[in-house]
Amino acid sequence: MKMFLILLPLLAVTASAQTMTGDAVNGKRLTMRNGCYQCHGTVGQGGMAGARLAQTRLSQAGFISYVRNPRPGNMPPYRAKVMTDQELADVYAYLQSVPPPVPLANIPILTQK
Amino acid sequence: MSKSKGSVGRRGFLRGAAASAAGLAATAVGAAQQPEPPATSEPRGAVEVTGNEKPGSDFMVDVLKTLDIEYCAANPGSSFRGLQESFINYGGNKSPEWLTCCHEESAAAMAHGYAKIEGKPMMIMVHANVGVQHASMAIFNCYADRVPLYIVLGNILDVNFRRNNAEWVHSVQDAASMVRDFVKWDDTPVTLGHFAESAVRAYKIAMTPPYEPVVIVADATLQEEPIKENIRIPKLAMSAPPQGDSAAVQEAARMLVAAQNPVIVTGRVARTPKGIDLLVQLAEAVQAPVKDQRLRMNFPSAHPLYADPGVLPLTPNVRGADVILALEVQDLYSITHQMTPLNRFGMESRPTTEPGAKIITVSAVELNHKSNNQDFGRYIEADLSITGDAEATLPELIEAVKRLTNSDRRRAMQERGAQIADAGRRWRQQHRELATVGWDASPISTARLSAELWAQIKNEDWSLVSWDRMVSSWPTRLWNFDKHYQFIGTHGGSGIGYGAPAAVGAALANRKHGRLSINIQNDGDLNYAPGVLWTAAHHKIPLLNIMHNNRSYHEERMYIQMFGAKFNRGIENGDIGTALGNPDIDYASIAKGYGLYAEGPITDPKNLAPAIRRAIERVKAGEPALLDVVTQPR
Repeated sequence: MKMFLILLPLLAVTASAQTMTGDAVNGKRLTMRNGCYQCHGTVGQGGMAGARLAQTRLSQAGFISYVRNPRPGNMPPYRAKVMTDQELADVYAYLQSVPPPVPLANIPILTQK
Repeated sequence: MSKSKGSVGRRGFLRGAAASAAGLAATAVGAAQQPEPPATSEPRGAVEVTGNEKPGSDFMVDVLKTLDIEYCAANPGSSFRGLQESFINYGGNKSPEWLTCCHEESAAAMAHGYAKIEGKPMMIMVHANVGVQHASMAIFNCYADRVPLYIVLGNILDVNFRRNNAEWVHSVQDAASMVRDFVKWDDTPVTLGHFAESAVRAYKIAMTPPYEPVVIVADATLQEEPIKENIRIPKLAMSAPPQGDSAAVQEAARMLVAAQNPVIVTGRVARTPKGIDLLVQLAEAVQAPVKDQRLRMNFPSAHPLYADPGVLPLTPNVRGADVILALEVQDLYSITHQMTPLNRFGMESRPTTEPGAKIITVSAVELNHKSNNQDFGRYIEADLSITGDAEATLPELIEAVKRLTNSDRRRAMQERGAQIADAGRRWRQQHRELATVGWDASPISTARLSAELWAQIKNEDWSLVSWDRMVSSWPTRLWNFDKHYQFIGTHGGSGIGYGAPAAVGAALANRKHGRLSINIQNDGDLNYAPGVLWTAAHHKIPLLNIMHNNRSYHEERMYIQMFGAKFNRGIENGDIGTALGNPDIDYASIAKGYGLYAEGPITDPKNLAPAIRRAIERVKAGEPALLDVVTQPR
């Protein structure tokens, strides 16, 4: 079985489009229904199949731009026919709404040798 | 051997009985449907069974006992009934001890896991031809993972010995042919003396690197007929593993010492615990990072020269290296090349190595390439290709590197080593930081699952008896692996259904050492042959099974979803044919039904630690346990 490796650059892509208002609740629904979670996790934590997306430093426009034209890899481009810009804005809003992770220092089992 | 007057062997008895029945039937023709009882107390074709004769299967047991095999795993089959009876009653059911399996695939995969812990083969006994077909996928996994497996096939070659339809449909002309493509050697002995020689030879072949499965056919006639020959059992004379050519090894050492940024890539190097020590010596002598594919427990994960395994250790990044030493690596081409993404058409692979980078390969697998199975991977344009077992070749390579290293090179190497160690501190911290994302999520994150497990086993003598790729390699990224038995690599052939039985087999090997065996069990894998849980309970094999229950065949689910996007349609339908929900499978109930202690489904991460604690108590008391943990996909 071959693996997925989906890399999202951390640098924000210059956006020319206006920022849309995203619906985080609908974004969570779409994350599950459209299968974003399959590679990136239900809270955008990432894993072997996809990059971390929770609290992404991409702008909304950069996020949408990347989904439309990802860096050559195993993530296919998602066209407007399968996810509209508004739907991607909703997913973006959901990923931004995920609470920041618990600080490492507050999780003793991750810091103890 | 002597034979009492009037007695016959089992075969003679069967022939006599058949002749007697035929005679009776002949006398009954035209008279009555029910044959008359014989007129005298001495019926025609009378036989006497003394029960004092040694059947051939007893001798076979004598032979197999010389091979120091601890266990024989089998699902019962009539073509080896004689041998099974001899193992139990004549052999005393020890060395080897019989293990009851619910599927031949479970038997072979148990042996797979056992061998990677114990370093020697388990025997499986398989019924030809139906049993071989059941076992074949797991045998293929052993072949692809270079694991020794000792297979005894029952068969009835002689048409005169087949008594009914079942024995006709279960008999074959060439019993080993079904698996010949992925075993190293097989033979069909026609006498007991032949069996003795081939059985000993088979063990020697299986245990000469590259390790692979072997097959001996135990013909039912030989099993069940009395011993008639004067036969002896040859002495087992093991071969030293093949070692790389000395001149080539010296050249490899010269290239490594002269390199500015050498990297050591390791696949199935450490066949034994000694292999770890040797790799540490080589890495320290060269001060080169070790990029480990994690196909065996090759290198201590806390060592300063252990390179970032990332989330996919199987395909490490070798960019920047000027010399790449590949030791028993699997699919090196996909490491030295960027392969065509699945979302593109055609083959567009391109090198990822630096221009002029040199590749050195050391592998024994080249000694036993097969034609039909293409597991040898793409052809490697190596600059120096050394055919030989890596572990056996390392001592000479280490000595040569030390001899060629002058003070200038030593100083440069030490500076390089310090940089690698600094990078190691950074990547370890980064992985811990990443583990915090989704820490409280439900389904439970695989990082949380792995961290909670580690917290409770790190002070035990533990052994992870499962591959960790499907949980994003979190144990590799967070745990401290330093002993050979703490990791057993992967399935080899990607044949799903390996996980659960391999874990049980590995746990069986760990049992006598008192180790705590941990299996992170994929849900899809368990559903192939879950009866192995019963085998674990029946034989009291301590094993903690933690379900990675993502309720799907998730790898394929991602593929379907990805192709839906690629072709611009239907990205919501990836669950069709891949999801394992509606209804959700209750693994705790399944495990309880097989006699295990079990809890779950566990969906709240806060409930995980107490459940692990309770389950470990049961495992430490000597029984298998299962926790059904509902997890994130990866």
